[in-house]
Amino acid sequence: MASVQLDHVSKRFGSTHVINGVSLSIEDGEFVVFVGPSGCGKSTLLRLIAGLESITDGDLMIGDQRVNNLTPQERGVGMVFQSYALYPHMSVYDNMAFGLKLEKAGKETVAERINETARILQLEPLLERKPKALSGGQRQRVAMGRAMAREPGILLFDEPLSNLDASLRVQMRNEIARLHGRLGSTMIYVTHDQVEAMTLADKIVVLRAGHIEQVGSPRTLYERPASKFVAGFIGSPAMNFMAATLVDATDTGCRVNVPGLGDIDLPFQARDVARGASLSLGIRPEHLQPGDPEGDNRFDVVNVEYLGNECCIYLDNATDTFLTSRVEAATPITRGDTVSLHLDPQHVHLFDSDERALARTGADRQ
Amino acid sequence: MSARAIKGALLTLGFWLMVIVLVVYAVFPFYYAVITSFKPSSELFEVGYWIDHLDFSNYTAVLTQGSFLASIRNSIIVAVSVVAIALLLGLTASYALGRVRFRGRTRVMMLVLGVSMFPQVAVLSGLFEVIRTLNLYNSPGGLILSYTIFTLPFTVWVLTTFMRQLPDELEEAAIMDGASPWITLTKVFMPLMWPAMATTGLLAFIAAWNEFLFALTFTLTDSERTVPVAIALISGGSQYELPWGPIMAASVIVTVPLVILVLIFQRRIVSGLTAGAVKG
Ligand SMILES: Nc1ncnc2c1ncn2[C@@H]1O[C@H](COP(=O)(O)OP(=O)(O)O)[C@@H](O)[C@H]1O
Ligand SMILES: [Mg+2]
Repeated sequence: MASVQLDHVSKRFGSTHVINGVSLSIEDGEFVVFVGPSGCGKSTLLRLIAGLESITDGDLMIGDQRVNNLTPQERGVGMVFQSYALYPHMSVYDNMAFGLKLEKAGKETVAERINETARILQLEPLLERKPKALSGGQRQRVAMGRAMAREPGILLFDEPLSNLDASLRVQMRNEIARLHGRLGSTMIYVTHDQVEAMTLADKIVVLRAGHIEQVGSPRTLYERPASKFVAGFIGSPAMNFMAATLVDATDTGCRVNVPGLGDIDLPFQARDVARGASLSLGIRPEHLQPGDPEGDNRFDVVNVEYLGNECCIYLDNATDTFLTSRVEAATPITRGDTVSLHLDPQHVHLFDSDERALARTGADRQ
Repeated sequence: MSARAIKGALLTLGFWLMVIVLVVYAVFPFYYAVITSFKPSSELFEVGYWIDHLDFSNYTAVLTQGSFLASIRNSIIVAVSVVAIALLLGLTASYALGRVRFRGRTRVMMLVLGVSMFPQVAVLSGLFEVIRTLNLYNSPGGLILSYTIFTLPFTVWVLTTFMRQLPDELEEAAIMDGASPWITLTKVFMPLMWPAMATTGLLAFIAAWNEFLFALTFTLTDSERTVPVAIALISGGSQYELPWGPIMAASVIVTVPLVILVLIFQRRIVSGLTAGAVKG
């Protein structure tokens, strides 16, 4: 069993708190992705699980064993590093066999395992090469092979694709997803790229300044972000935010005023919020549809990006609200046009002054 | 020919002239020693820059002297031991100083560097007492001990600098593979440190091979001497005669191994000395 359980895990370097009381449970075989801005502690959290850093406070369980004081090898984890960190003087075979040989595995066992790993990763023709004679994608696969060779229950990845160019990144992303399906081992993957997070994860953990901001499936995070931070971090182009004022709140919903868009009725539970309080209204670019200009609802098109399958429209209005809208590629809108904007209340997010998402009412409740 | 072409030709000429001056300056003394060693003693004081026939009498004179062979043997034992000990201690120390975070690490490094600043004479009498106490007087052991003391700081310093440039993730990968620090050092780092080890090892070898003051002070009998002292003590038939021929022959004999070593390792030395200057 390679489930992972973090219970109020903290890490301090001297007096700097890098990880603050993180609790998280990861099931056997799950693919979990840690995302967050640079410096939020993703790598540190991964290294705590790996055993490369000591845990200052809290418990780390793998299966039903407390592993705080075990070595990486005893924990049964393998890790793929950002720089690959292949042993430059060893052949691909020796790189992958190093850990097994240290375990004093028999020569035949080693050969069997390495050949099996090489077959899965399509490294068979490269076994005798040195790392410097490999391309970026091949090195990446060798690094994965080395982590897999000892058949650890848990595989850790620290931004493994960030050194590859864009097309190779997409390809390796797919290979990792396939590998997960095939090996069925627990995988924990660190990235700051939210596309990688969305496409790979069973479960995404959004980190911010050493604590967990939200845990959930990619769909949950995208459609029901728990905070303005998560809402802004997940999704590209990023969610639009507009200042709003609470006008009225009832059992079934609330009414907010947005400068430029007027009063809007929304299905949110806002009775605890004072009337007149300022809120933040969030809406994703694809849910913001332009139409013919009407009344105060006038936005200037400052730029149109044609992306082939769609267009991104950048908008600005008299009150300096900058917004992005995503429309079909065939849109007649061009730079310099004036449009009105319409938002679907079902797709609106509302955040209070603490940046927490307000609860939805009725059938929309989570 | 245009003025530009003339200028170019003159610059090339000037460049090669400078090169020749440099080479002559550096090589001439050694060249003259080689020539002298091949002259019979009768021709010794005829000034000449070329020899027509080789005369090996000086070499046979030196080599048939039993104690000179013993000196060569002593020199080899001392130099090889110093290199081996310095590299072993230097590697392990550099692992600690370059890889393990501990309090006072910088201070230890400064101390190591500071120790190497002392002139030999300053520690001579103290070291003499130490060697007497350890019962190493007049034996290769005393020289090995004292040379290692002077070689180690440099070795540690260079190897530590080199070790620090190896990426952290390499060590962490080894840890993930279940390697102990010793395995990491010997199986992962050492193979990558050959240039630095060749450089420091060779410099330690040369220093031990050429050292004179300690070798003179800490040995007493001919059979325990190293080559530099042995050469200095080669004496002629009377106290008024300096046997230049045999001295030059002996010098050539002990210099040639060094030249060969340097030539073998020269590419490694260069890459060792410049390693880290440019990120590879
Ligand atoms: N060994 C260390 N000593 C001191 N501070 C560290 C150390 N490692 C990481 N940190 C700090 O911890 C914070 C989080 O680092 P990291 O986990 O690498 O972030 P991320 O991977 O999310 O970009 C950073 O502010 C970093 O400076
Ligand atoms: Mg990181």
